[in-house]
Amino acid sequence: MRKEIIYRMGNTYRDDLNIYGYYFGKGEKSACVVGAMRGNEVQQMYVCSQLVKTLKALEERGAFVSGNEVLVIPSVNHSSMNIGKRFWAVDNTDINRMFPGYDQGETTQRIAAGVFDVVQHYSYGIQFPSFYMPGDFIPHVRMMETGFQNPGLANLFGLPYVVIRKPRPVDTTTLNYNWQIWDTSAFSLYTNATDQIDATSATQAVASVLRFLVRMGILRYTSHSGYIATVLHEEDLANVRSDAAGICRRLAKPGQEVHRGDVLAQVIHPLEGEVISQILSPAGGIIFFSHNGPLVMEGTVVFKIIKRLHQ
Amino acid sequence: MVKTVVSVGLPVDEMLQIRKQTIEPEGYDGKGKRICIVTGTHGDELEGQYVCYELGRRVREQMEHLKGTVEIYPSLNPLGMDSITRGIPMFDLDMNRIFPGNEEGPVPEYVASRIIKDIEGADLCVDIHASNIFLREIPQVRVSEMTARSLLPFAKRLNIDYVWVHGAATVLEATLAHSLNIIGVPTLVVEMGVGMRITTEYGHQLVDGIFCLMKDMGIWDGDTIEPKKPIISTDGQVGFVNANHSGIFLPHVDHWDSIHQGQVIGEILNPLEGKVEEVLFAPCDGMVFTLREYPIVNSGSLIARVLGGDYH
Repeated sequence: MRKEIIYRMGNTYRDDLNIYGYYFGKGEKSACVVGAMRGNEVQQMYVCSQLVKTLKALEERGAFVSGNEVLVIPSVNHSSMNIGKRFWAVDNTDINRMFPGYDQGETTQRIAAGVFDVVQHYSYGIQFPSFYMPGDFIPHVRMMETGFQNPGLANLFGLPYVVIRKPRPVDTTTLNYNWQIWDTSAFSLYTNATDQIDATSATQAVASVLRFLVRMGILRYTSHSGYIATVLHEEDLANVRSDAAGICRRLAKPGQEVHRGDVLAQVIHPLEGEVISQILSPAGGIIFFSHNGPLVMEGTVVFKIIKRLHQ
Repeated sequence: MVKTVVSVGLPVDEMLQIRKQTIEPEGYDGKGKRICIVTGTHGDELEGQYVCYELGRRVREQMEHLKGTVEIYPSLNPLGMDSITRGIPMFDLDMNRIFPGNEEGPVPEYVASRIIKDIEGADLCVDIHASNIFLREIPQVRVSEMTARSLLPFAKRLNIDYVWVHGAATVLEATLAHSLNIIGVPTLVVEMGVGMRITTEYGHQLVDGIFCLMKDMGIWDGDTIEPKKPIISTDGQVGFVNANHSGIFLPHVDHWDSIHQGQVIGEILNPLEGKVEEVLFAPCDGMVFTLREYPIVNSGSLIARVLGGDYH
């Protein structure tokens, strides 16, 4: 294992931001894994830290197939993580909305450019991002429909689901999108958590990356075969919205099969304690996403359901 | 008359409400044109608040001259404005990156879709921004190359100092202005002043321009000024100055100053070590139309934009 500072941003009042890359193996740029790009993505950093630990042990055992280099960047924005902020500490901009970056541009454009310069030209790019709404997902691989996506490859992670999303204008400045545009097969892996550690789903995420590296001929390692993924398009997911605001008592969880009319959650009057609304399943299927905050606004997407799918 | 554009229940005894003021002549037959003034998409941009107030005040004082509909939306992001939050609180989202929204989507996208629906059909929209807390801007209109042909005639009448015709960027397709232009509502984006502050003279200048446009459109038949002739430029004429060190920026020029290539724009100081980290120079002859307002900078922080040319 080789540890290098891949980018440094100086600071007057605090320590410099040093972004570290951990290199394994030697040879072609085979796979690159990027963890926390935002300051609250603690789970994403944890997953990568466990991956670094595992790959280090595997490299020492000679498990890397010669001619392959793997790079892991566990955290890009720990300056914000250290002070409890999600985005860049000074101007609140999102590094994952600045790719491919610009080395003469503004601060987060420079960081994105510095990172992109290093993570480019790998055959496979794997990112652990997070969603902007608080909630839990079924672990899945997400790809953008750029015309370069390959769901067959996404299946090799052995996670239960692959979701294909049509990119919107705002997506065109993400790392995933730019990786794909510059000829890297890019995958976003979503685990159950963001700002909390979920050790079980972290273990599953590490296993899925190892499985992918084995299947791509980068690692020699015996891993469980995982799932044959169900491939979904984001528009196949039905949004279930709350028709009332208040305290949300969640009764169903991601991965659970539900039937039309099942009570998925209750909304409780925040001051008087009465149940003021029941959130019912509009269709049979499997819960893919569930809001996990204690409070809901009127119209909050509380669940996303994969319609007409059964266990 | 105050109308609610969209209303969403918040968890504890409160509604998120986006409201607008609709002003029409008494006994109005609805045959005139309609102008929408929108602002407050970013909760830290307040320059538009004074414009909304002053426009409403002047129209009401001379209602006999009003021949169409004036709609004023002071705050598209009221929770952000109340909490000094640029984005949408709870979601940490830039509201101007989610348009045209989605009626069936999460709350911010639903709200965005209702705003678009409400403005749809207007004959002109002016979307007022105020830079952010970091930069001060001269009163200007920004239009993309794609919309320049249709929007420049309106922009020239708005009594602003500068029109920046910028290159198209895919990410900007998620802005309110782009979404409205796409559905046939000509929309001008105004940038002026600085975040978290109100510059009243800019407010008066823009309100005078809005009246000029209203007169052109037949919405107003009272007296108006003769609007300024703005400088019009493309990206190629704009020089950028960014910091390459972190520290405290101290300007050596004033906003709107005419400067020469190589002139010192300012210094970045290190207060702990008592030394100058970097001296920043003008990239070309021209006028400083954007100047750093907030002193603390990182490497990359935008310090100034200079419009190339002679503006003495």
